[in-house]
Amino acid sequence: MSETALNSELLEHEEKKSLESREFGFWVYLMTDAVIFALLFASYVVLSKNSAAGPTSRDLFDLGHTAGETALLLLSSLTFGLATIAMTSDQAGRVVQWLFVTLILGLGFLAMEMLEFHGMIAQGAGPGTSGFLSAFFTLVGTHGLHVAFGAIGICVVIGQVLVKGLTLPVRSRLVRLGLFWHFLDIVWIGIFSVVYLPGVM
Amino acid sequence: MHHSAERSLSTYLTGFALAVVLTAIPFALVWGGLLTGPAVYVVIAVAAVIQVVVHLVFFLHMNFKSTPGENLFFLGFAAVLICIMVGGSLWIMMDLHHRMM
Repeated sequence: MSETALNSELLEHEEKKSLESREFGFWVYLMTDAVIFALLFASYVVLSKNSAAGPTSRDLFDLGHTAGETALLLLSSLTFGLATIAMTSDQAGRVVQWLFVTLILGLGFLAMEMLEFHGMIAQGAGPGTSGFLSAFFTLVGTHGLHVAFGAIGICVVIGQVLVKGLTLPVRSRLVRLGLFWHFLDIVWIGIFSVVYLPGVM
Repeated sequence: MHHSAERSLSTYLTGFALAVVLTAIPFALVWGGLLTGPAVYVVIAVAAVIQVVVHLVFFLHMNFKSTPGENLFFLGFAAVLICIMVGGSLWIMMDLHHRMM
């Protein structure tokens, strides 16, 4: 009896250790992703004035639209934080609720970005028009793709919390997804500070 | 348990409030055209760097006490790598641009 208890304690300890190393691995992945984004930023800065006599950033960017996207993403970071807090106090229902709100905000952000891209392409300002637009669509599109994958991740974690409950591996996945989601908000700070705000001046 | 949950709620709310302020400042400056010239770029850059730090501390809970050393090491390593690659690329391309004029 006491031996099984000891074994299960050992198992839990081992599981915690292996989940910790996964969190470290995920952190290393995020840092490499940061390097990718930094180089996309550098490409954008180099190419941002090369509009090839086509539409420039001043003609295309709408600061109100960008402010809306920023608000959605920042709010979604807060609601993900609230889901994490609900997790620490073992409220599975609350976790699902806040993750759902985060998902809606993330999808709202993606919808606004799609609308913006669609409007630009309809005006003849697609990624093939100039160096500036190629760099713009690559940088902002890569970020949007990350948000889309994050949204899929949120759906998966919602499903796992509903089916499995707040087990140790599910908690760890929630924490890693949270790192990813907050990281995307940090990249967005760079995007509005490097792309949109200087673009309209 | 309850106390720590409460504290982390206030952490998130503080981070959120700071992030809103640090976003509003550059947007207001550019929108209202309150400043012109290089000063605007300086304000945008400073607000962005401070906001990144705010996100790291209040949302990603980075600090020198509880965050594992390896994580901080990799953050620093990535920062150095980014400085070398981005700084180097921009230096070379701006120099090239200057000579081609």
